[in-house]
Amino acid sequence: MSSDGVSTSRVAAPAGTVPHESDAAAPLVRLQHAGVRFGAVQALRDINLALHRGDRLVLVGANGSGKTTLLRLLHGLVPHEGRRDVQRSAQGREPVSAMLFQRPFLLSLSVRFNVLLGLWLHRVPRAQRGQRCARALQRVGLDALAARPARALSGGQQQRLALARAWALQPDILLLDEPTANLDPGAKREVERLIDALAADGVTVVMSTHNLGQAKRLATRVAFLDAGRLVVDLPVDRFFTDALPAEAARFLKGELPWSR
Amino acid sequence: MVPMIRRMRRVALLGVLAALCAAPALAQDKTLVMASTTSTEQSGLFGHLLPLFKQATGIDVRVVAVGTGQALDTGRRGDADVVFVHDTVAEEKFVAEGFGLKREPVMYNDFVLVGPASDPAKTKGNDIAAAFVKIAASNASFVSRADKSGTHAAELRLWQAAGIDIAKAKPAGYKECGCGMGPALNMGSSLPAYVFTDRGTWLSFKNRGDLTILVEGDRRLFNQYGVMVVNPAKHPHVKQALAQQFADWVTSRAGQDAIAAYKINGQQLFFPNAER
Amino acid sequence: MNSIADSLALAWQLITTADAALWRIVGLSLRVSATACAIGALAGLCLGAWLAVARFRGHRAAVWAVNSLLALPSVVVGLVVYLLLSRSGPLGSWGILFTPNAMVIAQSILVVPLIAALSRRLVLDGLRDGGDQLRSLGASPLQSALLMLVHERFGVLTVGLTAFGRAVSEVGAVMIVGGNIDGFTRVMTTAIALETSKGDLPLALALGVVLLGVVGLINGVIMAMQSRTSLEREVYV
Repeated sequence: MSSDGVSTSRVAAPAGTVPHESDAAAPLVRLQHAGVRFGAVQALRDINLALHRGDRLVLVGANGSGKTTLLRLLHGLVPHEGRRDVQRSAQGREPVSAMLFQRPFLLSLSVRFNVLLGLWLHRVPRAQRGQRCARALQRVGLDALAARPARALSGGQQQRLALARAWALQPDILLLDEPTANLDPGAKREVERLIDALAADGVTVVMSTHNLGQAKRLATRVAFLDAGRLVVDLPVDRFFTDALPAEAARFLKGELPWSR
Repeated sequence: MVPMIRRMRRVALLGVLAALCAAPALAQDKTLVMASTTSTEQSGLFGHLLPLFKQATGIDVRVVAVGTGQALDTGRRGDADVVFVHDTVAEEKFVAEGFGLKREPVMYNDFVLVGPASDPAKTKGNDIAAAFVKIAASNASFVSRADKSGTHAAELRLWQAAGIDIAKAKPAGYKECGCGMGPALNMGSSLPAYVFTDRGTWLSFKNRGDLTILVEGDRRLFNQYGVMVVNPAKHPHVKQALAQQFADWVTSRAGQDAIAAYKINGQQLFFPNAER
Repeated sequence: MNSIADSLALAWQLITTADAALWRIVGLSLRVSATACAIGALAGLCLGAWLAVARFRGHRAAVWAVNSLLALPSVVVGLVVYLLLSRSGPLGSWGILFTPNAMVIAQSILVVPLIAALSRRLVLDGLRDGGDQLRSLGASPLQSALLMLVHERFGVLTVGLTAFGRAVSEVGAVMIVGGNIDGFTRVMTTAIALETSKGDLPLALALGVVLLGVVGLINGVIMAMQSRTSLEREVYV
């Protein structure tokens, strides 16, 4: 395969993936031959992935294929084999990641405190906390409910709160694990809109989903995982038109068993 | 929110420490710890005597009432300032071992034998040893505390005086409850059975049923009390001056009169006999 | 049965005549046990949270020890504390044997394993749901554990009430280290034991009824406070 102009030694990329065009900057996160093992189970194997700033990467695959683990690996939450390199800023700061889960975990406190908690844990100076919290809640349209108990919110509102909490941290990377899977169509639309807006602001988004329409709407790049391997990694337009490896094609047609 | 919790925890911690610190400060005024026995406390004597002592001297006496053996042990450990029990042999040993200063006799009360009014073993009279012999011979029901208390020790000594070895050959009707005086009397009342008891508990006992006093007045039934100040040579923190004030007062005219004045249902319980 | 009916009547009489000696004893019981639970909660919650997330060699042994100490008899705690605080013991110079402070110390030791074991379970169950999210937000393991206790504060309250029940109902420890001194270290349970040994069973039972009544009143107040501040919570609970 063609070299990408960056002088790193690379194994030839497997068929069905396109090594990303190089930016002048190095990728935010690069995984090389990375793997994750939980006890006897190999959840991910031989992952080669470069996440660049501005990417909107959507992960698809059957349940158990490793999407959640890959998100956690990109975040840095799990021990791994192989290499995981992150881009550091001039001051040596790592990229800030924030993650949303399918069922948002909110503390049994008010909406406002849930956002403030994230800011406190990230050691944001006290003077800035109130303001960033208020703006984040405004952004997702929850400022009127700031004093309500977070657990009293509807599913869609709770997910929006999770987004506000993540956005308030001013993350470089936003990771989302099937964020709209449990929501009704209206809430789904709202949350998608917010993710879109955040990405437009420059946040790099990595999201897993079962909803192929959602993938088409939001992604710049789609990756397919099967049994812990990254089988396909293509720009979105090519993912849905190119001839894909067998498992990927069957998955798109709905012919793969729903969990492996 | 979380900083608020940290603040709350700090306040709680300070509050607890303050409470703990306050209490010892209050204890600096004149107080004394006295180790005595449960039967003495339960007779109500201290409720009558100690307020008078406080009036006379301003000293607060805190009574820890346990079994005789435990009371002497408390003195040995230095956890009490003065010991007031009724086991002359053990008390003299206490002084001999150097744990107590002088032992002074204070008062005596007496034990009595109570039993059913019908008196199946024909024990009535003033000879306790003879009564025990008759009880053993007739296999009458007898309830013993069997709890290693001062009363139980006295009972065992009297069985020995009667020539009967309880450990080897218990009479057929002999029942050991391992309990306090009250529960033993309860048992005696319901069976019915003979019970060896101190007069003080008997006088305030409400559940008599058919029981009545059958044997009293035998010299061997007298139960001598002694008071000892714990030796400051062994335990320097002992409040010797205050403890000596108690020993002096309880053997003085005023204390002895107070003891004699204590009555239950018009009956005197304790007979002062200090050597002054 | 007769004596129970008598006791209930006697209990009512004690309460309504507002006997000063009785209320002093009740007050001391509540003060000693509440203070012991406060201290025990401070130590026990931290210990429980730490045991839930700490990873070190001997960790399993520590958890086993805490769980086994749940069965610590109160009289054993009393004996150990007595031996420590006795003038002939290592801490004799504190001079607090036979005072309410000694009783507080003994009861604190009694409830710490209880609070630690139960709060550890609360934290572990909570972390199963939200541990990942809190880590993602940047919480250290100990921070996550403590946040879980805040999150599950009603569970923590129940743990506290359980500990209070254990403390206020025990007699072995306070009898030995307090000495059951009339007017100074006599609490409800030692008073009940005393009346029992004197053979006055109706009074002993009546005191027991009074004790239960007071604890029931406290629980009632706590429940009322809870439901006032969390109307929405009732729907979900």
